[in-house]
Amino acid sequence: MISPQNLTLRQGDTPAFNSSLKIGVLALQGAFLEHANMVRRLGATSVEVRLPRDLADLDGLIIPGGESTTIGKLASQFGLLDPLHQFIDNGRAVWGTCAGLIFLAKDIGATGTGGHVVPPRLEVMDVTVNRNAFGRQVASFEADLNLTFADDGPFHALFIRAPKIEAVGDGVDVLATLDDGTIVAARQGNLLGTSFHPELTDDLRFHHYFLTMAEQKPSS
Amino acid sequence: MATQNGNVNGNGVGQETATWRVKAGLAQMLKGGVIMDVVTPEHAKIAEEAGACAVMALERVPADIRANGGVARMSDPDMIQGIIEAVSIPVMAKARIGHFVEAQILEAIGVDYIDESEVLTPADEAYHINKHNFKVPFVCGCRNLGEALRRVGEGAAMIRTKGEAGTGDVVEAVRHARTVLGEIRRLQNMPEEELMTYAKEIGAPYDLVKETRELGRLPVVNFAAGGVATPADAALMMQLGVDGVFVGSGIFKSGNPAKRAKAIVEAVTHYNNAEILAEVSKNLGEAMVGINVSSLPQGELLAERGW
Repeated sequence: MISPQNLTLRQGDTPAFNSSLKIGVLALQGAFLEHANMVRRLGATSVEVRLPRDLADLDGLIIPGGESTTIGKLASQFGLLDPLHQFIDNGRAVWGTCAGLIFLAKDIGATGTGGHVVPPRLEVMDVTVNRNAFGRQVASFEADLNLTFADDGPFHALFIRAPKIEAVGDGVDVLATLDDGTIVAARQGNLLGTSFHPELTDDLRFHHYFLTMAEQKPSS
Repeated sequence: MATQNGNVNGNGVGQETATWRVKAGLAQMLKGGVIMDVVTPEHAKIAEEAGACAVMALERVPADIRANGGVARMSDPDMIQGIIEAVSIPVMAKARIGHFVEAQILEAIGVDYIDESEVLTPADEAYHINKHNFKVPFVCGCRNLGEALRRVGEGAAMIRTKGEAGTGDVVEAVRHARTVLGEIRRLQNMPEEELMTYAKEIGAPYDLVKETRELGRLPVVNFAAGGVATPADAALMMQLGVDGVFVGSGIFKSGNPAKRAKAIVEAVTHYNNAEILAEVSKNLGEAMVGINVSSLPQGELLAERGW
């Protein structure tokens, strides 16, 4: 779904959050505009983050899908890795989708070896994630997910050259699986990771879930 | 729109591959990025290391196609497979306009996107490939809104402006981007009763004209291409309003490809930040020599190819 530039509300949207809730979207490369639109549809404010100074005053940050190598290299070149660690240590909520999940993961398994470029990452979330684990683009797919945090029906998700969560550590909650049990969404404290793209669909439930996480930031 | 071209296949219960949304969706993941022309796996590794969001495999870069002449075709599948194995980023490859068998071959070896490209010698002077028939998504070139929407109508899940490849002269990329984006702005101000006649005039499917008007943008991701040679060129295209940039000969025909490639990637991310643009533009060595497009005879303009 291609969304118009700077979408605010769609017919039928009920803004569930206050505009004082400020959510950053890492805008180095990838589908950041789509996330920003979803945040605005829920009533919160979205801010594009390209440099460390853009992180000031944010309640949460979304790291979008895109190319994990590109995003990792640009984050490193423009000095974002340390400020992002600080942001997470301060208890701010951070959500990585697809490439963003790879950026958060402690372990990228076998896909971190074999002569391939290993992108700089935050390595904060206790999950093992394999890059492009479902195959190349012709294997990209749509599927219905079973959610553990909502009982109002399956979540229709888009997987694009998607990573797979192969294993989760202690203290990591599984939020969604495919029918065969493959883990595709998980949460560890203030960190959320999804291997698919809620920002490419019309379903606001994952963004709603994340904005609720961001609201619960510790007072500073 | 083109949502009918999905196939349910054996990827597990209730999973559907090759839908319109996953085809267009990969292009959405490429936004804000640079897609670089590469000829060999070594080039591809340099591009990935520099931060390219994808690479485009082709037989010769456009500047060499221009210089050497002859028929330009799809690249050797063995070379493309070598590139696929060398990098973890998406690999695109070019097929000739209308050459659906080259496209079948590219799909069979697992490329992530096919560029049905005017840079290669056209195989059909009247018809483009029916891109709905493929599981792999396509990107196509355009000079104006009508051409862009005809390609989307045929199933292209991503569009790029044509520019004039292999020249290092950004003027045609600017012309085509301004034309497409300007036509969309005029379309948005048109009363509804004028849409059918407008669709007829520009030779575009009516439904896609309507959808473009509602969205205020093309219904698929739109990159710039053809003549981008410097970080400033890339940022110029981004400020004009495209979603990302293809760079062809501009990188590997320059004095220091690795450094220039990295600088162009940084310029596309920080396209609105002149301080950073100044910094990344320093000491890049020789840019590609370039050909002034206005000096080219009509018969040598690649952008004229496509119907």
